[in-house]
Amino acid sequence: MADVKEKTIAKDPKLANAREASIDPATQEMLLRAQELKIDTVFDRAVTMKPCAIGLQGICCKNCAMGPCRLPLPKGGIDGEDTRKGLCGATANTICARNFIRMIAAGAAAHSDHGRSVAEVFLSVARKETQDYKIKDPIKLLDIAPHFGVATTVEVDGKTVDRDLDEIALEVAEAAYNEWGKPEGTLNYIKRAPQALQEKWKREGVEPRNVDREIVEIMHRTHMGVDQDYKNLMKQGTRAALADGWGGSMLATDLQDVMFGTPSPLQSEVNLGVMKEDHVNIIVHGHEPVLSEMIVAAAQSQEMVAYAQEKGAKGIQLSGICCTANEVLQRHGVPPAGTFLQQELAIITGACDAMVVDVQCVFQNLANVAKCFHTKLITTHPIAKMEQENVVHIEFDEHHAMEDAIKIVKMAIDNFQNRGAEVMIPRHKAAQIAGFGVESIRYHLGGSFRGDYYTLNDNIINGRIRGLAGIVGCNNARTKHNEEHIEIMKELIKNDVLVLTTGCSAIAAGMHGLLTPGAASVHCGPGLAEVCETVGIPPVLHLGSCVDNSRILLAATEVVKAGGLGNDISDLPAAGSAPEWMSEKAISIGQYFVASGVYVVFGYHMPLEGAPEFKDYLYQEMEKIYGGKWDCEPDPIKHAHKIIAHIDAKRKALGIDKARERVLMDMADRQALAME
Amino acid sequence: MSRLVAFAAIQGGYQVVAQADGELERALQSYDASTKIGFGNTAYYLPVIYSLTGIKCETLEDLKKPLEFARGLLPPHLKGHNHLPYLGPLLDAGMAGIFAYEVKEALRILAEPDFYTFTEDPDPGAGKLWVGPADDTILRKRGVEFVDGSAPGFAAVVGAAPDAETAKMIIEDYQKKSLYIFCAANHNGKTAIEQCLEAGMQVGWNTRIVPFGPDISSAVFALGFANRAAMAFGGVEPGDHRRMLIYNKNRIFAFVNALGDVGTEWAVAAAGAVNWGFPTLADTDIPEILPTGICTYEHVVANVPHDEICQKSVEVRGLKINVTEIDIPLAFGPAFEGERVRGADLYAQTGGGKTQCTELVKMADMKEIDDGKVEVVGPDLGDVQEGGTLPLGIYVQIAGREFQEDFEPIMERQIHHLINYIQGVMHIGQRDISWVRISKAAVEKGFTLKDIGVVLHAKFHQDFQKIVDKVQVTLFTKAEDVEKLTERARAEYKKRDERVDTMTDEDVETFYSCTLCQSFAPSHVCTVSPERTGLCGAYNWMDCKASFEINPTGPNQPVNKGKVLDPVLGRFEGVDEFIKGASKGAIETYNFYSMVNAPMTTCGCCECIAAMLPSCNGIMTVNRDYAGETPCGMKFTTLAGVMGGGASSPGFVGHSKFNITQKKFITGDGGLLRMVWMPKVLKDEIGERLNARGKEMGIDNFVDMIADETVGLTEDEILPFLQEKGHPALNMDSLIG
Repeated sequence: MADVKEKTIAKDPKLANAREASIDPATQEMLLRAQELKIDTVFDRAVTMKPCAIGLQGICCKNCAMGPCRLPLPKGGIDGEDTRKGLCGATANTICARNFIRMIAAGAAAHSDHGRSVAEVFLSVARKETQDYKIKDPIKLLDIAPHFGVATTVEVDGKTVDRDLDEIALEVAEAAYNEWGKPEGTLNYIKRAPQALQEKWKREGVEPRNVDREIVEIMHRTHMGVDQDYKNLMKQGTRAALADGWGGSMLATDLQDVMFGTPSPLQSEVNLGVMKEDHVNIIVHGHEPVLSEMIVAAAQSQEMVAYAQEKGAKGIQLSGICCTANEVLQRHGVPPAGTFLQQELAIITGACDAMVVDVQCVFQNLANVAKCFHTKLITTHPIAKMEQENVVHIEFDEHHAMEDAIKIVKMAIDNFQNRGAEVMIPRHKAAQIAGFGVESIRYHLGGSFRGDYYTLNDNIINGRIRGLAGIVGCNNARTKHNEEHIEIMKELIKNDVLVLTTGCSAIAAGMHGLLTPGAASVHCGPGLAEVCETVGIPPVLHLGSCVDNSRILLAATEVVKAGGLGNDISDLPAAGSAPEWMSEKAISIGQYFVASGVYVVFGYHMPLEGAPEFKDYLYQEMEKIYGGKWDCEPDPIKHAHKIIAHIDAKRKALGIDKARERVLMDMADRQALAME
Repeated sequence: MSRLVAFAAIQGGYQVVAQADGELERALQSYDASTKIGFGNTAYYLPVIYSLTGIKCETLEDLKKPLEFARGLLPPHLKGHNHLPYLGPLLDAGMAGIFAYEVKEALRILAEPDFYTFTEDPDPGAGKLWVGPADDTILRKRGVEFVDGSAPGFAAVVGAAPDAETAKMIIEDYQKKSLYIFCAANHNGKTAIEQCLEAGMQVGWNTRIVPFGPDISSAVFALGFANRAAMAFGGVEPGDHRRMLIYNKNRIFAFVNALGDVGTEWAVAAAGAVNWGFPTLADTDIPEILPTGICTYEHVVANVPHDEICQKSVEVRGLKINVTEIDIPLAFGPAFEGERVRGADLYAQTGGGKTQCTELVKMADMKEIDDGKVEVVGPDLGDVQEGGTLPLGIYVQIAGREFQEDFEPIMERQIHHLINYIQGVMHIGQRDISWVRISKAAVEKGFTLKDIGVVLHAKFHQDFQKIVDKVQVTLFTKAEDVEKLTERARAEYKKRDERVDTMTDEDVETFYSCTLCQSFAPSHVCTVSPERTGLCGAYNWMDCKASFEINPTGPNQPVNKGKVLDPVLGRFEGVDEFIKGASKGAIETYNFYSMVNAPMTTCGCCECIAAMLPSCNGIMTVNRDYAGETPCGMKFTTLAGVMGGGASSPGFVGHSKFNITQKKFITGDGGLLRMVWMPKVLKDEIGERLNARGKEMGIDNFVDMIADETVGLTEDEILPFLQEKGHPALNMDSLIG
């Protein structure tokens, strides 16, 4: 490193064009404002720094010190035998697959470590070591207990009675915590999948054993000179991804629901315009709701509101960025201030008194931006600190959760008076309905008595709903902010595809008005519009944060169980998509959806171009194994139509591609109807 | 827009629950909290509440719980443009409203015990239009029709048509489709029932036009009836709300017709009914809910013209109805079976003590008769003055390659209901004691006696396709011809009776199964032998045999008797094998002639239920028409609830009335002479046969030894009577081994 010459560029850096950077007017305005203040943002940096062309192809190996070895694919491709190899002889396929599953390892690790933190807090709740967290949703606890083999009833004198909730909680907590490192067996939650899918996993030998082990094994197998067969590498990638989707993520979702409440639909707003000039603005950013739950409670407390008023503010406006935003949105209606790409812009409003970050997707550049304002940037997690001196670290400890939260909120309030004059909050914000989940969708499909996914299936079978699509994932500064998300969603709902969304994609959908019931009549095809009107739902349903993609897996499983649409997730007229992905978590999510039988289309670009054979394996062969496969399409309209074509093919296979006739039933027909 | 429906229904939910709350509050101020409430003679409490929640409401105090439950169901009001989803909340509000309506009706019955007649038919002459909730006797009688499909469903008609003619058109159309028409609520004070009466129609359970009540709350009786049918015949457990509602969606094909302006209180009821899978069709411009899911097809359809509402309703519910089109000038169908021809309406009659009226069905040679030939020999109705009489001989000749002499009585028995199915014509009795009454309305429309022949020809072909090739009907109306036919018929009856009466279980190698009710009581399998007729009273061995010949894959299948395992208790190897399979392993074995040891299974449709009375060393039986208490401590409805649904319950058994005097009746437990108690009405009905059978067993005037409710309703009360009469049971071996 020592001999690398430092070059300074004297000329003015190139700046991003606001109109080309985003389709969101709030973002455009704030980007111009940043440029006016000469503060660089991710949008500008995307213009000045190009991605590495070799890395982009996925064939740069730096797993040992003999490298980095780079095996770029020649422009015209390879005629005849592919003789590319690294010093050790690793082929392009091996290198690409190793890089790919290392991304899975990182993604699965991020979700699962999040899940572990939640499980740790839940264990202290069950052990009564903390007073600040409680079991808010005992019904959900009883729902999940059987999956861990924990009985919810007990025999007393020959009678079956309910077990003590504390006892159940403790056993569930211990069993759940064990999922990260249990020495034997396989993950408990994989038994929640449709039977046919479980059998595929068993056949392929990809049933995850415990969460940590699968991630560790990836690191081992991708070490220099271990697994050098891309198919075998992908097996482990699949196993780790499943440990994420049907393990760490699902555990995170469930245990969060038990402690913080299972979401149900609620009204809120979204975009930078939710910040209020005359209020103390606190923004929570990152992914884990453990701390932010407490911050919500603290910020709403009489004491803190009074303190804020004492300091000259009208109140406290809490808002969020990224998935921490989605977590507090779906349970408390706290409005998201923006997506991943808007994190710097929130500070540039000049009205952000504190930005509290936990883990994942937090720009280090926030510290540089915060330096230009009064904003306190507070890191809270022992595993996520920043080197810049202006960053405050308040380490959060669940045993003193409320105390820490009050300290943080107080710090924000105290900071209110330090604001400069340069406050500029864009006026743009949109109304939204969020908080959908497996349970609330069931309820809204028929109420307390008839709630059933069959209502959904029936409307898929009769063709009012063409199919289902999960549009999820990040934003990426290499694509126009939100454009792909929104174009794809609009094209899908126009073609009667009901969209489920999570993560920053969900925030984007909210910003552009797709999460309102009114969007149905404006954007949807007639069939979907009618169903939305009947149920009173938006055509795009917000299912939570990125760990909550597990909710989509379970919703798909419920659809399978409700009947009439085949017996596996891969039979469903459904697909998944991450149009503006950037995080390694997205790769892990993509792979667990593929391995669960879903056709997954990514936008932007996939780091596979340098290894065509491996790419074919993911894009084609995978379908023969799991029923799901990968694809990539940067053009949003083509992207949507790939999904629609897949849905139509599945409808045809199910024999529901033609209009359903009205069947009139006589007594014998009725007696043949099922009674369940 | 669904949002408007949701808005109205949720409003309605709050309104109705608040009304019920207020009424309960006031009732608790006037009555003691322990005051009994209920719908009368039912084992199902307030049936909607009981069936869906398991809550048993018996006192005023008990009503608090379902109302609290209903309040808990009420969702937040819909707010603003950016509202929360409302389908679930809408259905919950509907259910809350339904619960509240049921509570309101219980309170009305408490406050005005005479408001409803609680009978099958109302008494419009006395100003008593409303029958109120059906009791369990009506339920068991009518519920069976929903079981066997003879009633494909019901139309819940709320409100009133614009005029009586329109009401008649709609309701008569449903009658022709064999649906029940459950009427409730009024539109601007007018009810469809009043309109039917204005139009000269007969209302009541007997004509399937049921006047439940004048308010929307009484629509809850329709839902309560449906749910009780599911519990009584479908084996759905109280509190299993999911199964209950799916059962209704998939089995009871009902729908709502809203005639008149749909306000919030109707909207909440309609929303409630959607939980059952019952859609609403309205004649007004209300927001529609077309997508499917909760109901089989659409949920709410609006603006339906009156002349299309019947067809549209049936389509929306997904109901296939085979309407019998017979070329006679009158409407025809089971809905008209219960219609009466009263004195003032009578044009002419035959039989009934005034003249001779005889029916005879005989097998004929194929070459001997002409299919479809219907001949009236003698004067027809046109030759009779109003109020006049005629003798009548109905002589039906049937030829068919598969037809057997044994089928003659079965076909002959059809004549009763087939003639009754004709609108405005009434048939009573059978054989040589028939009685046919023809109304003025029927004659005005051009009805002649020949039409009876047309009906019999058409229906025999339709219902018995497999065994009937040719049918010829001759109607004699000259006294001498009728006398001749009667004489011949009596000789036939005698021959037949002897053949059937002397037929024993030992004589045959084949019994017949009956799984007609199995889709409702899944483990119930009837086996019918010559000496043990079906417990519903509708099927004897010969009927089953014929039914099998007619429909070889139908519910009656031959069962090879096989080795006799126990001649006393009546256990047969072949039967055991069969029931094991047919009940899917639920039942291993049962005995034909015992109620103490592994008795036959019982479904909800049995005519009578026998129970042991150990202190009297005997047994009792109770028929389903008897609503009172019995010495075993349970009413018929309770007994049926305890042991119906396909269970084999030692100590109890379901059986037909006829079976009581059959020779094998509980011979394994000592036989008929064990009988120490039965309701008076049953004693009267089968008294002669009881005495005859008693005599065969060595006891004279056995009927007089059997106690009834006038003697007592507990074992202690009847024992002295039995001792005084020297009842044979007292000296028999102990009943409990």
